[in-house]
Amino acid sequence: MKELKILGVVVFFTLLTYWGVEPYAHSVMHPHVESDGFKYDDLPALTKKGDAQRGAQTFLSAGCTGCHGVKAAGMPAPMDPNAAAASFGVNPPDLSNAGSVYDEKFLAALIKNPEHALMVEHKFSKMGRAYPMPAFYGVGGDKDQEVADIVAYLKSIAKKDVTPKEAYELACGRCHAMHYDNWTQIGEKPKFKHKKDELLFEAKVLEYQDYLTKYLGKLPPDLSMYIRSRGEHYLKTFMENPQNLLHGTAMPRVGVTAEAAEKVIEHMADVGDAKRHERTSVGVKVMIYLFIFAILAYLWKQSLWRELH
Amino acid sequence: MAHFEKANSLEEWLDQRLAIKTLRRVLAEEYWIPKNINFLWAMGMVLAVTFGILLVSGIFLLMYYQPNVKLAFDSVNYTIMKEVEFGWLWRHMHAVAASVVFLIIYIHMFTGIYYGSYKKGREMIWISGMLLFVTFSAEAFSGYMLPWGQMSYWAGMVITNLFSLGSLELNGLVEWIRGDYVPGQAFLDRFFMLHVLLLPLVIMALIGLHFGTLRIPHVNNQDGEEIDFDAEAKKYLAGNKKEAKVIRFANDFMSKDMFVVSIFLIFYFYLVFWHFDFAMDPINFDPADGLKTPPHIYPEWYFLWSYEILRPFPKDPGLIAFGFAQVIFFALPFLDKSPNVAPASRRGAFKYWFWILLVDMIVLTVMGKLPPQGIYSTIGLVAAVVFIGLWVALPFITKNEKAV
Repeated sequence: MKELKILGVVVFFTLLTYWGVEPYAHSVMHPHVESDGFKYDDLPALTKKGDAQRGAQTFLSAGCTGCHGVKAAGMPAPMDPNAAAASFGVNPPDLSNAGSVYDEKFLAALIKNPEHALMVEHKFSKMGRAYPMPAFYGVGGDKDQEVADIVAYLKSIAKKDVTPKEAYELACGRCHAMHYDNWTQIGEKPKFKHKKDELLFEAKVLEYQDYLTKYLGKLPPDLSMYIRSRGEHYLKTFMENPQNLLHGTAMPRVGVTAEAAEKVIEHMADVGDAKRHERTSVGVKVMIYLFIFAILAYLWKQSLWRELH
Repeated sequence: MAHFEKANSLEEWLDQRLAIKTLRRVLAEEYWIPKNINFLWAMGMVLAVTFGILLVSGIFLLMYYQPNVKLAFDSVNYTIMKEVEFGWLWRHMHAVAASVVFLIIYIHMFTGIYYGSYKKGREMIWISGMLLFVTFSAEAFSGYMLPWGQMSYWAGMVITNLFSLGSLELNGLVEWIRGDYVPGQAFLDRFFMLHVLLLPLVIMALIGLHFGTLRIPHVNNQDGEEIDFDAEAKKYLAGNKKEAKVIRFANDFMSKDMFVVSIFLIFYFYLVFWHFDFAMDPINFDPADGLKTPPHIYPEWYFLWSYEILRPFPKDPGLIAFGFAQVIFFALPFLDKSPNVAPASRRGAFKYWFWILLVDMIVLTVMGKLPPQGIYSTIGLVAAVVFIGLWVALPFITKNEKAV
C-alpha cells in the first residue's frame, strides 16, 4: 500500500537522523567505559582468614578511633565534622557500616596504603603532600593477619541491610551535598525554630565547605540532579574508578561493593528522579487509553470513507 | 436594532446572534479538501494538536516556574519535578513536544517541497509557514533558556554572540540583547517574556494567517492536479460522493486526521514516558555555571543543520552562509522556475535536487552535533557547500523542466 511505503520513508529518515545525533554522536563525544563489576582486580585478595574478636582488639590498639567514630560500638567521633575537617581537610567517616558498604579487598588495601587504594597518589605523595590517614604499620604480629582481623571486625559490626540513604551518606555524603534531600556535608539540615540557629548551622556548613575546597581544590558538586545529568551508567563507572572518566580528578576511588553501589544509585534516583515509578505506571495507562482512541478513530474514519471511495 | 424571533433551541439562539450555522458550513462542512491525499496531509492537524499540548502544558508550568537566576533551576527540577503533583508529566510533555514539533514541521515542509505545494497561487501558504518556522525556532530557543541549566546558559552565550556579526564586532548590540555583559537576570527575564507572551502571540496570529492563506488556492493533492472545487463540491452535495474529487473538511478529512493524530500521540507519549533524554539534554540538569564551560556546546537537534553551515567556514563567510541558510527557504517559490505542480518523482532533475537536499540536511544535522574535528569538519564543510550549491542551482535546473 502506497501510504505504508510513504510512512516507511518518513520513519527511515527520522531514525537515521536520530541515530546520527544521539547514539552515534554520543559514542564519539563520550567514549564508553565498561564497569568491572566492582571487583577491584588491581588490589590483592585477602590471604588470611580474619577473626572479628581479635580484630576488635587490633582496631583499638591500631589507633583507628583517634580519628574515626564507630557509633555502632558505642564510640562517638572524637571530633565534630568541622574540627575534623580543619585538621584533615575532610571529616573521616564513622566506620559502623564500613564493613557492608565497602569491599573487603578495598578495606584491607586502604588500611595498608590508603592513598594507593583510593587512587589519589597524584594529589599527595607525588606532589610532596602527606595523605592525612597514615598507613597501618602493624601492632607487632603478622600484619596481613591483623588487617584481616580488622576487616572481619568491621564486617561483624556492620548492618547487613543498610538503606540506600545510609549507603550514600557513608560513601559520598561527607564531600557531596544533596540539597534536594536536605543533606549537607556535615549531616542532614535540621528544622530550626529560630533564624539565628539556622544561620549558625549554615555558617558551619560554609566553614566545612571551605576546608573541603582547600583540601580538594574545588568544592565537590551537589549531587541532587546527578542521576539525570550523568545517568546511571556514568555514575556507576565513575564511582568504581573516577580516573577512568575524569583523569586527574581529586575524587578518590570510593571502593564500594557492587551492592552498595546499587544502593547509592537508588538513593540518587530517589532524590533526582523521584517520580520514575509513577512515570511508568501513568505511562502504561496513557498507552492503553491511546490504543483505544486509535481504534475508535480508525473505525470512525472507515465508516465515513466507505461512502467516499 | 435588528429584528429577532424567539429562538426554539440554544443552537438557534446562537445562530441568530453569531451565525454559527454559516460559520460551521464555511469553516468545516463546506470547506473542501481534495480526496486524493495521503497521511502527510494530516501533519497540519498534528502540528495544531502539538501546539495545543505545548500551550496547555506551558500554562501549568508557568504557575510554578520562577524566572530568577537563583530560583529558576530549582523551581523546575525541585518544585515542578518533585513537589507538584504531575508536575513531572507536564514538564516532560512540554519538553518532548517542543522537540517533536520540529520533527513534524520538517516533515510538513518536505511534504510541501516534494509535492510542489508552494507555487502557482500557493506562495503565501509557503511564506506564512516559513514565518511560523522562524517564530517556532525563536520560541524553542527562548524556552530552552528558562531551566537555567548549563546548556541554557552556554547556548544563550553562543547564540547571542552571533549578533556581534563577526568582524563588525558589534559587542554593544550583543550587550543590548543580553541586557548585561553575560547572560544574567536581565537576560533570563526578557527571554521569559518572549517565551510566554510575545512569541506565542505572534505564533497564534501566524497560525491564523497560515490557515487563511489556504482558503483561496486550496490544499494541494498527491498529483498536483488542478481541481475545479465548485464543480466537484456540487457533485458531492448532489450525493455523488464516490465520483467527487473533494471531501468535506469535517467530518471526512477530520476523521482521517484524527486517526493520524492518534498514531502520532502513541509515538509522542511513548517518548514522554520512556525515551525523553533526546529532548531533555542531560547536561541541562547541571545548574548554569558561568565559570565552567561544557566541553561540547551544541544546540538541540533541530538547529544542528544550520549550526553546521556556520561552523566549517572562517568567521565572516560562516556568518554569511548561516544568514543565507536562515532565509533561503523563503525564496523557494521564486527560485523554482518550473510551472509544474507535481510530485518531485515526476519532475526530472528536481527529483534528484529534492533527495540530495534531504540527505544533505541530515548529514549537516549529524555533523553539527559531532565535535568539529578531523573527518567530521571535512564532511561538514562539503555538506555546507552542497547546501549552498543546491540553492544556487535550483533556478537553472527547474527552468528547462518539461511540462508534465
